[in-house]
Order: sequence, then structure tokens, then C-alpha cells
Amino acid sequence: MAEKKDYIAKSRLINEMSIKSRLIEFFTKWEVILVIIFTLMFVFFTNRTPYFLDWFNLMNATFQFSEKAIMALPMIFIIMCGDIDISIASIIALCAYAVGNAAQGGASIPSLLLISLLVGTLAGLFNGLMITGLNMPAIAVTLATQSIYRGISIGLLGDQARTSFPEGFGVFGQEFIPNTIIPYEFVLYLALMLLFAFILHKTTYGRRLYAIGNSAEAARFSGVNVKLTRIINFTITGFFCGLTAMLLASRILSVRSNIATGWDLEIITLVVLGGVSITGGKGTVFGVFIGSLLVGYLKFGMGLLKFSGTLMTIVIGSLLIIAVLLPRLLDLYKANRKLRLQAQH
Amino acid sequence: MPERAPSSLLKKALERRELTLMLLLMVLLVPITIRSPQFLSGENINRILNDMAILSIVAIGEFLVILSNGIDLSVGSIIAFTGMACGMINESYASVPPFVLLLVGMGIGLLMGLFNGVLVAYGKIPPIITTLGTVNIYRGLTFVLSKGTWVTAHEMSPSYIGFPRTTFLGISYLLWIAFVVIAVFYYFSRFTRTGREVYAIGGNPTAAKFVGVNENRVRVVVFLISGTLCGLAGALWTARYASAVNEMATGFEMQAVAACVLGGVNFSGGAGGIIGVVLGTLFLGVVTNALPVVYLSVFWQTFVQGLIILVALALNTLSDQRKSAKLLAQRRG
Repeated sequence: MAEKKDYIAKSRLINEMSIKSRLIEFFTKWEVILVIIFTLMFVFFTNRTPYFLDWFNLMNATFQFSEKAIMALPMIFIIMCGDIDISIASIIALCAYAVGNAAQGGASIPSLLLISLLVGTLAGLFNGLMITGLNMPAIAVTLATQSIYRGISIGLLGDQARTSFPEGFGVFGQEFIPNTIIPYEFVLYLALMLLFAFILHKTTYGRRLYAIGNSAEAARFSGVNVKLTRIINFTITGFFCGLTAMLLASRILSVRSNIATGWDLEIITLVVLGGVSITGGKGTVFGVFIGSLLVGYLKFGMGLLKFSGTLMTIVIGSLLIIAVLLPRLLDLYKANRKLRLQAQH
Repeated sequence: MPERAPSSLLKKALERRELTLMLLLMVLLVPITIRSPQFLSGENINRILNDMAILSIVAIGEFLVILSNGIDLSVGSIIAFTGMACGMINESYASVPPFVLLLVGMGIGLLMGLFNGVLVAYGKIPPIITTLGTVNIYRGLTFVLSKGTWVTAHEMSPSYIGFPRTTFLGISYLLWIAFVVIAVFYYFSRFTRTGREVYAIGGNPTAAKFVGVNENRVRVVVFLISGTLCGLAGALWTARYASAVNEMATGFEMQAVAACVLGGVNFSGGAGGIIGVVLGTLFLGVVTNALPVVYLSVFWQTFVQGLIILVALALNTLSDQRKSAKLLAQRRG
């Protein structure tokens, strides 16, 4: 009874919220802030260089970040559950090794794809089983498998490179959709982004991820198979590592053991920058989409202005810290404001 | 207190993580020595210890951060920045004595660690995110500082480059410094109030707060120590490898964390000890150095290290679970 009264009082409070309150509510949403930052960045670069706002350049730039943006999608699932995977770059290297080696042996493109996906899926499954089976922290396990997977490709490949690929292999990573300026990779990313948004926001599986992230214990008691869900997340991520390895090999047509080094942290940065809470339970695919574009075009624009690559890491590192600090400050502001409003009533 | 059977003392000793690790190290050394007797020669042991000195210094800082239930991913970048700074100072002012450079390195490292700590403690940003950000920022700053150039051996003074190799009582300065750091932090973690507070915060933050531990202060202190030790390591690194480049110590954080995991440090905080971490570092050193002895290509080093970390992790977890199951049974019984 008391709860109901409380609810009615609350909903009245919401109805009575002024337009100003609603505006504040809207503009303090992380996704909205990201869009604003993104727009400002576009305006800034357009002002500074004539080569930025050029459709061909903008589309061409997507080659530089599509693969990382694709990997950020399954990473949302993992981080949403409060886990983390720092072995993805190594899985990509392992898959790329498998692809490069099979290609040298004369395998066809479909079988190369199959091999890559299989190796990635198995590596991801192994991560998931180790983490949930022995109840070990994801960061520790994937730290170990990071060395293991990378170590296999270093051990087998040494300082060699694999550079012979079947004819037409470069299409997916290098070419555009015929008669357009849109790269295949980017279209694939957009399609996958919509798929992941659908799964996360419109299916039971997606709702379960939020439940686990907010309280794994509570989710388990309400009938969610937490362990299985986490295993599935790691396996999906492994699968997409396989896909990304194919795209990467197709784009650069050369496989070395140090391929994709440092991508783990970059991809986690995209996800966190996109507003997914590192402790789980909060975030949207749209936020990560904007975050990925923001980082991608920031790098592109700074490159046009002849900033060095290492210098960009300062900007991206700062952006990451601000991305976490700002919502906290906004939450604090919102909570204070609510208290003040309640005090007035 | 229940009566203890005489055999329980032995059992208790075996439950000690440090002893198990020591035993494992012996077991590992037997086949290696049979295969190549000179592995245990004084010269080779000295080389392994010198190789591992810098890692042990950094791993101790990382240990304190993990102990407080955090993680410091920025250690490699702090080493790079301080190493570069020390190299450049030495290049311009060759008369500055090496030990002053060490102090300068520690000072810079302290500031970088302080920045991490303040963001974690007062900004309430999770340690992994904070240091994920600063690993990029500090690496970028290294580049800004050096303007993309590097400092090579012939641009540095012989006294600085020779410093880690200078011996005192037959042991290099580098090792002496590592010994002092180990001794100081052994004392710190076991016998000082702040040291015990780190264990308390890592074990149970809520309980620690109720007994009056200042959580924010402890969090700042652990990052500060980690940064300072990285600064020291950076100054030593440049001298030992006789060069300062932008990419130095990339990925070193993973080695430091690996040494901690091998040493039995619990990732959820509150458990582990300095001796374990030092043994973990030593273990990594022996394995790395033993690879050529067992005719395994150096290319397999990364794989073997990863495998060892995974096995150590699994063993740790299993023994922890067995221990807590036993405790539960005792309480019920």
C-alpha cells in the first residue's frame, strides 16, 4: 500500500517536472553528450582543413577503424556482465596465423573463413570455460590466454610472414560496393551494429545481460543461467575475432605474429567511451557506435592536421578518463537537483 | 584453541604459497641442471638475478595496487617517461651523478602515480579505466618529451650507463637496489600501519572503513608507491639497456601482473605477500632463461609464460576454494 502511494507521488513528481528539468535530463544523457562532442569535432575539423568534409575521404577513413568497431560490439556483451577480455588481439593474431598458413597451403576463401571462425570460436570458448568453470576473474584468465594465444602464433611463425593469398581475397578488406564509395567493411559493421543493438535491447538475452551486470546473484536467483550466458559471451567474442582476423588479413594481405598488437586496450576504450559501465549493467550499442565513430574520425582528422600518432594517444587517453568522470559528475548534479526539487515540494 | 596434531605443522607449511612455489622452482631446476650443469653456475645465476631485478621492483608496486583490489596498467608508460627523462637529462648535463638521476626518476614517477591515485580515490574512476587512460597519456607524453627522437649509448655518460653494473661486495648496484626495495616493502607490508591497511582495504573495504581506515588515503598511497617504484625502474632501465626509446617497456605491465599472479596474489585483493611476488619474478626469470637449455626456440617464450600463469592461477584458485570449503566444514562440524 505504502509502495503504491510512493509510486503515485513519484509519478506526480515526474509529471510536474518543468520543461527545464526535462531538457537537463536529456542533455545530461551520455549518448547525447557524445553526439554533441562528435558534432563539435566535425565542425572543428571542417573549419581547419578542406579535406575533412569530403564524402570519399570520410568513407575511406572507415577502413582504419571498422575492424576495431566490429570487435567493440561483442565486447559490449562481455563488459555488460562485469567481465573483461584482454586476449582478443591475441585471438585475432592466432586466427590470422591460421588463415595465412592455410592460404599458403592453397585453401579456398570459404574454407579460410571457416578456419578463422572455428579457431576464434574455440579460443573464446576456452576463455569462457576457464573463467566460469574454475570461477576465476576474467582479467586474470585472459591475461594468461593473451600470452598463450599470441605465444602460439609467435612460436609457429617466428619472424616470418605469410603473404600469399588466393585471388580475390582482398575484396572484403579493401574494396567498395560496386559503383559507390562505401567500403564493404563499413557496411558489414553497420549491419552487425544493428544486429547487436537488436539483441541487446530487444531480446530476452539482452535483458539478461543487464540483469547479470547489475547483480549476478540476483539474476541467478531469478533463473538466469549466469555461467552459460558468460560462456556464450566469450564464445561470441572469439567468433568475431575470427571474422576480424579475416578482414584484417584481407586488408593488409600480410600476416605477422605481431598483428593487431595493442588492440585489446583500444577496443575496451571504445566500449567504455561509448558509455558502457566497466562494472557492468549499463550502456547502449548506440553509445558505442558514436564512441567508435568519434575515435575513428578524431584520429583521421588529427592525421589530416599532421598530428603524430603517439600524440593522439594522449587525446584518446584523456577522453577515456573524462568519459568516466563526466557522467559521475552529472549524476551527482542530477541527484543534488532532485533532492532540491523534493525539498521544495 | 583445538589441539594440533604434529603432522598439521607440515601441512600448514605446505599450504604456504611461498613454500609451494619454492618447491616448484626446485622441481623445475632439477631437469634443467641435469641437462645443462652450467645453468646453476654463479655467473648464470647472477645474470638471471640481474635480468629480473627491474621486474621485481615494478612487480612490488603492482602487488600493492592489486592487494588493494586495484590494477595498475600504466607501469610500462611511467617507466618509459621517466627513463626518457633521465636519459635526456644525462645527455644534456652529463655531470649530474647517477643517484640524482634515480631520485629525479622517482620524483617524476611519484607525480604520475599520484595522478593515478587521485583519479581513483577522489574521482571514483575504477583503477582499470584510470590506468587504461593514463597508459596512453603517459606514453604520449614520452613522445612529446623526446619529440620522437631517442637517446643512444654514446650520448650518455659512462658513469650513468655503468652504474647498474658497478659492483659492491661482488654484487651489482642494480641487485643491491632491488634487495633494498624488497626489504623495505617487506617491512612496509607486514609491520607498518599503512601496510596492514592496504590488506584491510583489499580484503573487505566496508569492514576496513568501519574500523577507521581512510580508504582514499590508502588508494592514493598504493598508486603513489607503484609510480615511484616505476620511476626508479625507469632510471635504471635506461642505464642498464644504454638507450632510451619511446617504445621502451611496452607491455611491461603484463609481466608485472604475471609475477604477482605466479606469486599467489589474489586478484580480488587482500591476499598475498612480497616474498611470493619475488619468487614469482624469479620463476619467470628461470623459465625464460631455461628455454634455450631445453632446446626450445626463444619464439616460444611468450607461450610458455602464458601457460605457466594459467596453471599457477588455476592452482591458486583450487587451493583457495579447498581452503574455504575446509573452513566451512570446520565451522559446521
